[in-house]
Amino acid sequence: MTQSVVVQVGQCGNQVGCRFWDLALREHAAVNKKGIYDEALSSFFRNVDTRSAGDGPDIYKGKICSLKARALLIDMEEGVVNEILQGPLRDVFDSKQLITDVSGSGNNWAIGHKVYGCQYRENIVEKLRKTAEHCDCLQCFFIIHSMGGGTGSGLGTFVLNLLEDEFPEVYRFVTAVYPSGEDDVITSPYNSVLAMKELNEHADCVLPIENESLFDIVNKIHQMMNSGKLGSTVKPNSLVTSSAGITKAVQEKPFDAMNNIVANLLLNLTSSARFEGSLNMDLNEISMNLVPFPRLHYLVSSLTPLYTLADVNVPSRRLDQMFSDAFSRDHQLIQADPKHSLYLACALLVRGNVQVSDLRRNIERLKPSLHFVSWNQEGWKTGLCSVPPVGHSHSLLALANNTCVKPTFMELRDRFMRLYKKKAHLHHYLQVDGMEQSCFSEAVLSLSDLIEEYNELDATKGGPRADPSRLKIAV
Amino acid sequence: MSLVTVQLGQCGNQIGREVFNAICSDVHGTHGLCSKKENESYHDACKERFFIEAESGVPVARAVLVDMEPKVISQTLSIAAKSGYWKYDDHSHFCQKQGSGNNWANGYTVHGPRHKEAIMNLVQKEAEKCDRLGGFFTIMSMAGGTGSGLGAFVTQCLRDAFPSSFILNHVIWPYGTGEVIVQNYNSVLTLSHLYQSSDALLVHENDVIHKVCAQLMHMKQISFKDVNQVIAHQLGSVFQPTYTAEDGLHYSRNPLGDLMETLVPHPEFKMLGLRNIPQMPENSLAYSTFSWPGLIKHLRQMLIANAKMEEGIDWQVQPPRPGSSVPSSRSTNKLLHFNTSIANLVILRGKDTHSADLGSFRDPSLYTSWLNPQDAFSAWKTPRAFNKYEKSASLVSNSQFLLKPLDNVVRKAWNMFASKAYVHQYTKYGIEEEDFLDSFTALEQVISSYTIL
Repeated sequence: MTQSVVVQVGQCGNQVGCRFWDLALREHAAVNKKGIYDEALSSFFRNVDTRSAGDGPDIYKGKICSLKARALLIDMEEGVVNEILQGPLRDVFDSKQLITDVSGSGNNWAIGHKVYGCQYRENIVEKLRKTAEHCDCLQCFFIIHSMGGGTGSGLGTFVLNLLEDEFPEVYRFVTAVYPSGEDDVITSPYNSVLAMKELNEHADCVLPIENESLFDIVNKIHQMMNSGKLGSTVKPNSLVTSSAGITKAVQEKPFDAMNNIVANLLLNLTSSARFEGSLNMDLNEISMNLVPFPRLHYLVSSLTPLYTLADVNVPSRRLDQMFSDAFSRDHQLIQADPKHSLYLACALLVRGNVQVSDLRRNIERLKPSLHFVSWNQEGWKTGLCSVPPVGHSHSLLALANNTCVKPTFMELRDRFMRLYKKKAHLHHYLQVDGMEQSCFSEAVLSLSDLIEEYNELDATKGGPRADPSRLKIAV
Repeated sequence: MSLVTVQLGQCGNQIGREVFNAICSDVHGTHGLCSKKENESYHDACKERFFIEAESGVPVARAVLVDMEPKVISQTLSIAAKSGYWKYDDHSHFCQKQGSGNNWANGYTVHGPRHKEAIMNLVQKEAEKCDRLGGFFTIMSMAGGTGSGLGAFVTQCLRDAFPSSFILNHVIWPYGTGEVIVQNYNSVLTLSHLYQSSDALLVHENDVIHKVCAQLMHMKQISFKDVNQVIAHQLGSVFQPTYTAEDGLHYSRNPLGDLMETLVPHPEFKMLGLRNIPQMPENSLAYSTFSWPGLIKHLRQMLIANAKMEEGIDWQVQPPRPGSSVPSSRSTNKLLHFNTSIANLVILRGKDTHSADLGSFRDPSLYTSWLNPQDAFSAWKTPRAFNKYEKSASLVSNSQFLLKPLDNVVRKAWNMFASKAYVHQYTKYGIEEEDFLDSFTALEQVISSYTIL
């Protein structure tokens, strides 16, 4: 069994990460009734004997002693991390897994990337190595950060580069939260575009998330619940936004519901690597199947169902609805419409009581309404994991490599250009050591190239499709 | 003689377990419908072929399990052990922690060389346990990374280490869509490499078996287990003991040798398809009766019309008449659908097999002209009924059965290759564009050879 390490950077990264660890514990508690430290648990948690002095040795077999998250928490302020350390999850982390500062990055990518990057480099590498040493076969780093701020985007992408240098064999999956149009951070377009260049060059896969979409999904569920139409028939633990039944008793914070969606995304993404299934889908299969060209590694995700009704009989109609919803605009975790754009590839990660015939039926049914690039007309990858999420009988995570990410990137570029033309706020960046104006022009060029790659693919959409002529063999 | 089964990757391990299960439940069943003596010698022949007698009394499968990831193997071992009828050897498996990630190149160029010694040691040990080694039977899918890439590598190693042993590769042809996106690349690389080191490729298409489950077995929700059980049944129907000679004195001791001798007369033609009849839900069996002429007539039409199963056979298709050199347009059309054979093997199991007349399979017009029709057909028989079917017939055919599926795989892979999509994932592990081109060339050659039969 392989292990993964989560690196959560900045306020957003740590808040999402915190929800992830909470829900991961809830999921394993639901599956692992006997309290035995098993392989599934080992993928994200160490089992440590804390009674011995210092950093206790790992215990590989037997009862769960004390679970420690395979995580590195980085923030250049103390607030969020301190809160985690005082909260119910405090036992899952120890001081050796934290890197904090007091003064913050001032919403400045350059401060996060260049200043703190240099300053904390050694410290970060050392802690990453320690974490990696505890793994028996480290497969993947999950980096979680926002794109708009200073620490997450700047230092987060700095860590991404470090990981590539230090652990070239280990996959790097980035969960990146993009700012919405009405972001209150004025410099967020700069930060995002500067960070995008790093993601383009150094990530294996990026899962872009937009706060706006999370907000819409939370609202949608809220309306459904309060409209009385569903009311009591919804199973309490089954909302993709819910934290019910988990370790904490503290009042939920407003962002928790939104962050829980992202946490569930990561849980479902890794479920097949942790639990058994009739068609396993390991993490390394995701980039292999979904990334046809190195830079086109942005995957639009959607989670369905958003909740499960309490009645236990699942008519196949409702199962089919789960598949249909995964392709609808309002279930995507960014503002995008995959149905009316071009698919390069698509993966369906199914959990629970779903068989290969259900998968095939739904792929056949949905295929005619979707556009796939000419050379990948059958670009479907599927996984069947037998363990469903807590409270559900089944669930689906759809990952789409689709040109529908392009509008998000174009809008980001427009907002960047509006500031950049006036050279607004530029001096805050240029006064940082090692930060040149060329960093800006190169970053926006990198983004433009990416958009151009998507444009070229879009241009093939709907055109006449002629198979390239085959190799001729002398008979 | 004994066969050593090598199960590779998730698919290979899941199917391998079902095969041993099917063989074991057939042997232990009370449905044999033959004399006690007959049943005993069938039993003995089967045991020698597939199992080792252990002191515990529970037979141990002659198998080596290989995967690059631990979950499937541990599941396979424990399910087999729970059956109580048979089990795997405790030490005859090899797994690593991280799978091949659907990447053929990763399996072939990284995992293969790295673990060659460990895997071949296990194979060697298993081979030494056989009084007489009848060859190797590998089970793998060609879609993923381990079964396909590592499978191709291991097959090459087997060929090097056992140059005179028979190697039959059982290959699972993935669903046309929806399993693995790079499956056509992986398939092209697998098939072209196996073609060099294997004696024959016995192919099962997932799409076909899925249809068998839906239409013949009347299953509503079909799982991989269901599909794998049908595959295991079909394999059992070929590899359980039979009399290969007319005299019927001894059960054949060299199934792979007999199979190759019959079916693979030329190294350019190694693709074997498998059809069986009847195939139905267990609870319908009690209400069904079969006659040999009926079964044989259907099986023959399945062969010449290239029908994948008993349902929906095109009865219009007929072999070309000798002498009608200028066919009318209508008959040309029919000729196009006619499936030309190189060689066929029919296996009959059950009551009164001696009365079954297989003359219709000896018709020279079924076969390509460059082989003597006498050599192109053989029949194996046993009075022992198989797996609850009072009478059953299987056909292993080296014919144009797989021409269209092969052409589709090569076409789709070539389309993708023309845009260079995903190629970087392979070059990362040392498989270059030229390697792809070599593989495409090799398979275009195979397609061309089968087309002009």
